[in-house]
Amino acid sequence: MSTQDKGGLMGWIDARLPVTRTIEKHVTKYYAPKNFNFFYVFGVLAMLVFVNQIVTGIWLTMKYVPSAEEAFRSVEYIMRDVEWGWLIRYMHSTGASMFFVVIYLHMFRALLYGSYQKPRELVWIFGMLLYLMLMAEAFMGYVLPWGQMSYWGAQVIISLFGAVPIIGDPLVEWIRGDYLISGATLNRFFALHVIALPLVLALLVFLHIVALHEVGSNNPDGVDIKKNLDENGVPRDGIPFHPYYTIGKDLVGVVIFLMVFCGIIFFFPTAGGFFLETANFEPADPLTTPENIHPVWYFGAFYSILRAMDFDLLFLEAKLLGVLTMGAAIAILFVLPWLDRSPVRSWRYKGMISRVSLVVFAIAFMILTWLGIQPVTTLNTILAQICTVIYFAFFLGMPFYTRYEKTKPVPERVTNR
Amino acid sequence: MNTMKRIIIIAMVALVSGGAMGYGEVYPANNDVRDTESLQRGAQLYFENCVGCHSLEYARYNRVARDLKIPEDLFERYLLDADRPIGDLMTNALSPALGSQFFGTEPPDLTLVARVRGTDWIYTLLTGFYKDDSRPYGVNNALYNNIGMPHAMVNQQGLCAEAPGADGCQEFAFEGSMSPDEFDLAMVDLTNFLDYMGEPIQLERQRIGWFVMAFLSVFLVFAWLLYRELWKDVK
Amino acid sequence: MNQDGVNKGRRRFLMGATGAMGAVGGVGVAWPLLSSWQPSERAKAIGAPVAVDVGSLGEGEMISVEWRGKPIFIVRRTAEMLETLRSDELRGRLSDPDSDNQNQQPEYARNDVRSREEELLVVEGFCTHLGCAPQYRPQVEPQSFDDNWLGGFFCACHGSRFDMAGRVFRGVPAPSNLAVPPHFREGDMLTIGEDGETA
Repeated sequence: MSTQDKGGLMGWIDARLPVTRTIEKHVTKYYAPKNFNFFYVFGVLAMLVFVNQIVTGIWLTMKYVPSAEEAFRSVEYIMRDVEWGWLIRYMHSTGASMFFVVIYLHMFRALLYGSYQKPRELVWIFGMLLYLMLMAEAFMGYVLPWGQMSYWGAQVIISLFGAVPIIGDPLVEWIRGDYLISGATLNRFFALHVIALPLVLALLVFLHIVALHEVGSNNPDGVDIKKNLDENGVPRDGIPFHPYYTIGKDLVGVVIFLMVFCGIIFFFPTAGGFFLETANFEPADPLTTPENIHPVWYFGAFYSILRAMDFDLLFLEAKLLGVLTMGAAIAILFVLPWLDRSPVRSWRYKGMISRVSLVVFAIAFMILTWLGIQPVTTLNTILAQICTVIYFAFFLGMPFYTRYEKTKPVPERVTNR
Repeated sequence: MNTMKRIIIIAMVALVSGGAMGYGEVYPANNDVRDTESLQRGAQLYFENCVGCHSLEYARYNRVARDLKIPEDLFERYLLDADRPIGDLMTNALSPALGSQFFGTEPPDLTLVARVRGTDWIYTLLTGFYKDDSRPYGVNNALYNNIGMPHAMVNQQGLCAEAPGADGCQEFAFEGSMSPDEFDLAMVDLTNFLDYMGEPIQLERQRIGWFVMAFLSVFLVFAWLLYRELWKDVK
Repeated sequence: MNQDGVNKGRRRFLMGATGAMGAVGGVGVAWPLLSSWQPSERAKAIGAPVAVDVGSLGEGEMISVEWRGKPIFIVRRTAEMLETLRSDELRGRLSDPDSDNQNQQPEYARNDVRSREEELLVVEGFCTHLGCAPQYRPQVEPQSFDDNWLGGFFCACHGSRFDMAGRVFRGVPAPSNLAVPPHFREGDMLTIGEDGETA
């Protein structure tokens, strides 16, 4: 924390605003472990996609008309009549899906290397709040083009709130602001999507990063690099975030990501109907349901868990049970830091049970995601039920298998693997 | 009423009954949006036979003229209604109410049909009409069972006596002005035009895409070299 | 961090090259975003040339048509009006009698009466001061704003005056002559917004 006394304009500003100090603390003298691997680029990429969404979102707002009558037409107007409008729209739609790709990999990284463990519980919780808000943001954004999938997706998701006992139906009506999904719903979703939620997201990103920088970054070995300092108080296994990660390693990751991102935008903008769904090229029609309604792929896992509950349990009806299970599936992520009782962080040093269950869990999650966009069949439902059990078993079993399994010794210093 | 359950049931029913709603097998259109001449022929077919009922309401005439390299004065003379500005959206004169009265349902706008249904579906539909006297217009469709639409190009194709299969029409109730091969080619052109119409920017998008990828490749080389250079410090 | 034995030149070059690539990429992103602010195809369609029949326009009469949201004044000037326009008495009171400001009219209207065809004046009714629509005052008679009024256009917003060729008077707020939009005539049809083939 050595802000030298400088003269000139910078000195004048630094005496009044901690510019240099902030840059040093968070960038040039933020010591990150030197053994970051491929998985550690996704935080930066999430930031990049966030900026992309904000910028292209602002530009789309300039041409988009948030009304039930004009929304669909205005999107086609952007795609056809506005110069470069197609690119801006594809950047935004591809960005939405890529945001989740990046976030899921970012979260998987945390699971792999125990980045949620003490002392990074708050980092994890802010991250989970970000994930939750991002889902709300993406859902509302998907309604705005006012195509068939927008409409019927909104219909299904909003109807979930009807499962709340007693106040369910009035609650659904209140969220819609009408007796059906209508322009009233579209307008409030627009306001939330373009102003309210982005503000919340920006605040959470800030908190996520400040909390991280307070405790320092974890690494693939789960070694606490602050335990081994040199004579200047700098971690021996740490390197300044800038330039070694900013324009060093992360830039390579960013460019590779951009190649994937631009590849989708310019050559497969609909990503085979996953990023821009086929049915959404038809204007919303409250009287005709498309053949296979399902949420966008990134909600697939939780939607599958919801649909897996097709039976009544005790006094719970299937519908309420489904909603509760889905809620629990999200809620349980928040308490993950307290479920893991392992003395080590990284899966490199955890026991066999932890490693196998993580892999099985990841596979189950991917299957659930895939099932979420598949039609309901008996076989699919059974598969979803099995995967739902695996999903919960992974978390609920964690306090036991992490505590009793045999772990490997953690090295003193980070390794170069 | 349990809304969500209802919706899910509707969705499942719709899905299971997909076949019952009359979508048969589709055959490959094999159209090529890079073939400008095919697009021009397709546009001409569209403006002569389709635009009376099926609007292209999100697209403009002058964009078609520009993208398909049809000179504006030729376009205005042969393809555009008199006193219609060439910058207009391609809406049509048939009112929705009148359309419903004629065909039992409003003829859909076709600007985005290729993105919704795909080109194979369009091609199969266009070549799938056959004689069926039980229908109001005396025709049915092998792909879209009990379609409300008449066979708009019956004078050109003639009328197929039975539902055509993968090999096209085998027996004609009466012949049209085009040979089967000519008609088939015409329908590929028409499908091609609708493919273009679904996303007019698609060729330009890919063209720009190659430049972007080339740029990023060079960027990657420099970024990689810089990374290796900087990380010489890290031991 | 051991920076001994580092090839500073190579490092500086790579930093510069990568930075340049980044800058090119930044421009590549900014360009579409900024371009999208240009008038869209819809705006261009709405702003397309308009045609008006001037066959029935009598001498000394004015009609006004809308083009790109601006009123376009079309006047069939009388011989006396044209004579006045060429008089030194009037020219002496104007700020740009010879249309030296080339932005205000196409080349074919850059003459002593500022028109493509002598009698037919086509100007934007859009005051060059702050964009009010001037009024047509063809009568040659003393006015409250000018004791020696020779006929022309008067902007009531801030008192700017223009003659029957849309040329601005000295000593008024408007800085330049009324703009002449691109136009051409074919028979009785006057098209505004295009120069026509003979331009």
